[in-house]
Amino acid sequence: MIEASLKDLAAALRAGTLSSVELTTLFLDRIDALNPSLNAFITVDRDGALTAARAADARIAAGTAGPLTGIPLAHKDVFCTEGVRTTCASKMLAEFISPYDAHVVSQLKAAGAVMLGKTNMDEFAMGSSNENTHFGPAKNPWDTGRVPGGSSGGSAVAVAARMAPMATGTDTGGSVRQPAALTGVTGIKPTYGVVSRYGMIAYASSLDQGGAFGRSAEDCALLLSAMAGFDARDSTSVERETEDYTRDLGKPLAGLRIGLPKEFFAEGMDDDVRTAIDAALDQYRQLGATTVEVSLPNAKLAIPAYYVIAPAEASSNLSRFDGVRYGHRAPEYTDLADMYSKSRAQGFGAEVKRRILVGTYVLSHGYYDAYYLQAQKLRRLIAEDFIAAFTQCDVIAGPTSPTVAWPIGEKSDDPVQMYLQDIYTIAVNLAGLPGLSLPCGTGANDLPVGLQLIGNYFDEARLLNVAHGFQQATDWHQRMPAVG
Amino acid sequence: MSLSIDEVRHIARLARIELGEGEAQDTLDKLNNIFGLIEQMQAVDTSQVEPMSHPQDVAQRLRDDIVTESDRRDAYQRVAPQVEAGLYLVPKVIE
Repeated sequence: MIEASLKDLAAALRAGTLSSVELTTLFLDRIDALNPSLNAFITVDRDGALTAARAADARIAAGTAGPLTGIPLAHKDVFCTEGVRTTCASKMLAEFISPYDAHVVSQLKAAGAVMLGKTNMDEFAMGSSNENTHFGPAKNPWDTGRVPGGSSGGSAVAVAARMAPMATGTDTGGSVRQPAALTGVTGIKPTYGVVSRYGMIAYASSLDQGGAFGRSAEDCALLLSAMAGFDARDSTSVERETEDYTRDLGKPLAGLRIGLPKEFFAEGMDDDVRTAIDAALDQYRQLGATTVEVSLPNAKLAIPAYYVIAPAEASSNLSRFDGVRYGHRAPEYTDLADMYSKSRAQGFGAEVKRRILVGTYVLSHGYYDAYYLQAQKLRRLIAEDFIAAFTQCDVIAGPTSPTVAWPIGEKSDDPVQMYLQDIYTIAVNLAGLPGLSLPCGTGANDLPVGLQLIGNYFDEARLLNVAHGFQQATDWHQRMPAVG
Repeated sequence: MSLSIDEVRHIARLARIELGEGEAQDTLDKLNNIFGLIEQMQAVDTSQVEPMSHPQDVAQRLRDDIVTESDRRDAYQRVAPQVEAGLYLVPKVIE
């Protein structure tokens, strides 16, 4: 049952061969067995999950169930959940219980999905390895000595190790796609504005976007369909009709034009990753797709521009954590300024502090034009490169990550080395485009390799179609790590 | 460019993050590495480029100026470190 697709789970629930309480218990027990070694979950809500499962069973019996009713899921601990603590993996919010639900959380509650718990992540979504966390690193189920990627590492691990059939995440610079790649699951970040940011604790507001993890593109399509949609409470939510992201899954891939950015294939990618990516592209050619070389000449500037824009926005967003209205307050202080400084010094981890300091500097008097404005201009050039490339192709493909999962601790003391891991994903966030990672092979030590697909604005259904077509012809997405 | 340790202390003060004596040097080294990466931006001439602040160039939505929120003060204050009679308590600011 832990191997079943969301569609098969829904069919079994509707047919009455399985109840949501049974299914939920199965996954809760699996979490209990595996979480001590994988640390994917920060909080498990067994009682809440079973209550929701009983309600789902009643709804199924009443004939009012939807495609996700009764199916368990995990939320990244960046989404506020009323009554269940939301930590953002930070000491700052270690005891924080939100008075309201994030839009994504209420959407999935309304769909009847059953929340199992909240997953581990890099603190405030800042990181690429899930090592920057107050609750200890999440482990890669393919090799527990290695990182699962980040920042949505716990959600990726939960799906990879079948501790949950689906999970939410957020992606500011690659935080859904890169952990999906490193753990061998499918993950999609939609176009900026498709998923409401209401109740999603902010890191860099012009880049943050909610996304979905599943074992397949089909599962991601079902989850994203329930998460997405206009929400007036997010000022950047796009006013569009609700979409059924499964609608194009079965379309044939014959005639599909895949753009290959020459800059992504030039250097920097490990040989084992390149071999897996090349084989995946051959598979697409066999399915009737053609490949064409495209160019993203400014893509190399994405990392420097991101590490100005994201910290600048973070320094502003995280100023709200002052030890007054919520979050950690230092036990001892001399005056108000000292209370702020000590509460923030104690509550934030090292990487969060670094990004706040970088952001404070680039926004400070006299440096705005040289850094923030310059980064925003580069952002325009990067976005225009994509727009030009999409005149020649339908989707863009390349590696999600330059390497397979690396050993825990290998890069954790070198921020710049860590930042460079997101070389292929960050430009997509700067442009605001949708991106997806799907497992496409294995590299060194049999570790998963992810293929990244990038689509034009609001082309999520096509991305999912292109991933689904590959998964109909291959079984990489069905491989499961030997855990437990 | 390269930051000095005094600049790092100044930024930390602006950001309201206390920096311990032992932390300042390590923070300085790491920030200088990060700014080394960021400096790559300066090689590009962008004098003719419009800055892009946001992926969607759309105007902010307006709404009618009416009350839409209910009063949930108690729920919001339950998560505060220190409150009294509906007020957030902080150390004395004015003598």
